[in-house]
Amino acid sequence: MSALLGMLFDGVAYGMLLFLMSVGLSVTLGMMNFVNLAHCSFAMLGGYLAVTLMNGWGWPFFATLPVAFVAAAVASIVLERLFFRRFYNAGDLPQCLLTIGIVFVSIAGAAYIYGTDQQPVHLPDYLNGSIAFHGMEFAVYRLFLIATAALVTLVLAVGVEKTRFGAQVRAAVNNQRMARGLGIDVDTLFAVTFALGGGLAGLGGALAINMLGLDPSFALTYVIYVLIVVSIGGLGSIAGTFAAAMLLGIADVAGKYYIPALGSVLIYLVMLTMIMWRPTGLFGRR
Amino acid sequence: MTFASRPSGLGVANVKSAPLEVTSETAAGLHDHLRAQVRWRLAEIAFWLATLLPFVLAPDYLVLASQVAIAALFALSLDLILGFSGIISLGHAAYFGVGAYTAGLLSVWGWGEPLTGLVIAGLAAGLFGYVTSFIVARFRHLALIMITLGIGLLLQQGANSASWLTGGFDGLQGIDTWPILQHFEFDLYGYTAYGYSLIVLFIVFLFARRLVYSPFGLALRGIRENGARMPAIGAPVYAHIRTIYTIGAMIAGIAGALLAQTTETVSLEALGFQRSADVLVMLVIGGTGRLYGGLVGAIVYVVARDRFSGLNPQYWYFWIGLLLIAVVMALPDGILGGLERLARRLRAKP
Repeated sequence: MSALLGMLFDGVAYGMLLFLMSVGLSVTLGMMNFVNLAHCSFAMLGGYLAVTLMNGWGWPFFATLPVAFVAAAVASIVLERLFFRRFYNAGDLPQCLLTIGIVFVSIAGAAYIYGTDQQPVHLPDYLNGSIAFHGMEFAVYRLFLIATAALVTLVLAVGVEKTRFGAQVRAAVNNQRMARGLGIDVDTLFAVTFALGGGLAGLGGALAINMLGLDPSFALTYVIYVLIVVSIGGLGSIAGTFAAAMLLGIADVAGKYYIPALGSVLIYLVMLTMIMWRPTGLFGRR
Repeated sequence: MTFASRPSGLGVANVKSAPLEVTSETAAGLHDHLRAQVRWRLAEIAFWLATLLPFVLAPDYLVLASQVAIAALFALSLDLILGFSGIISLGHAAYFGVGAYTAGLLSVWGWGEPLTGLVIAGLAAGLFGYVTSFIVARFRHLALIMITLGIGLLLQQGANSASWLTGGFDGLQGIDTWPILQHFEFDLYGYTAYGYSLIVLFIVFLFARRLVYSPFGLALRGIRENGARMPAIGAPVYAHIRTIYTIGAMIAGIAGALLAQTTETVSLEALGFQRSADVLVMLVIGGTGRLYGGLVGAIVYVVARDRFSGLNPQYWYFWIGLLLIAVVMALPDGILGGLERLARRLRAKP
């Protein structure tokens, strides 16, 4: 029983990370149909920046998080303005190729600067260790992770449902042409959304180091997980992304716990069945 | 409904090659035009003659040349499904890997005869392609990308887990390829390897060339340009996609088998994502949807990788990444597309 709960706890923490890294991609994909395989390169950027600030400059862990967010947001808006916007109507293949190119460059760049080793991360003492509760151990960092991600999710949900900006985003996801017809500046909206999404990925990347590790292959390894989350959740659906991230996080942890011989096979099987069952995702409309 | 969400028609439309230039309004003119496309051009004959040059000019590089021929065959198989039919695949190495492991396992189990091994490997990959084509044909856009990616990753993980069969991480041990037709021994310098790969490449190329200019090939191009309209003129879109996907898988399997037989090794890397990405890069560098694109791309890619083999693979991918970005931004139709545009411009102003 306690093993099951512990596994669920780890799965939820992992799922929260996946959600942070995926939600931006889901919304931008839903809005512009732009297949951005480089999304986790922004997460990696956030991660490496956090490591540099902590280990090189002695910044406290918490101070690095907003910096990771802002840097990844700026990087994504720069790339969006320079490259991505030219490819919105270009079809899947050029989009894939362009963003795979960016992934390759980012991986090589990270390897050049930091080497291919795993990056160490030094957390403040109060985030290490674990809390005992009803005879079970909960790692403090994972509790913190879940709390942070839950907060971000809440802010996102309120922002999308209650604010004017959120209403515009929903309109643009729902029907981009109609939104334009109503006078919504979809291009600017998209750039801002793209920056927010990239920033969240950067934040996720910085938070992920302690749990998933950080090396240059991060951008490729986790973009696959993120894409799985997005395609299961349904494009443009925050609730769907959240549900899919939880499902994937728990399934992955459970799979590795109960049937380690299968490795990641389980995840890919889950994905293939889900997509065959609901090609537009759990909560997708298109 | 599709049109409402995708203003540019189906998003695949931009992978097009030169549009059909109908010279006359009559059907006879159209037939002449189609027939003219099929005719062998001088440049093509020169290209195939040039493939014999390595035997004379660079006998030290025949092993490399056989690698090029195998990569070209693999790229050709992707061109059939991506370039001519518009099905994006990020997991095409799965079929290459099935072919490679089939040929390798046959040899390990005591049947090292290369020609039958090649056929059996092609059939095995084709069978796997046929089974998966039922899934692939139903999807487009992100779902399609994820399905192909998922199939590739699933197979790679599966091969890794089934190490009793595949040798797992260490690769398949003990492959021994018998002489071709009991006469041509595989030598260290790659004479046999290159000759064998080249002949197989040429035969498959002839088949592919015949295929893409056939009515079936034209229907595929129609599906690529607008999959929603093809049923209206009576083309069975799903059946066509399944057929070409199976053929593409079969050819990829033959390429994989060639690699297994000529190098006498198979490793997990034969079906990894990296190989899927590599072949995509080759095809895109050369130019999609024009038969020779994959061939030219394979030559450029494999030779360049050999030249820069001193480079750490990580940095090699830096340049590949930059090249991809540059090609997509500046040369969307690859090298051949760029050359065609140049030739057209030169012809336009005498």
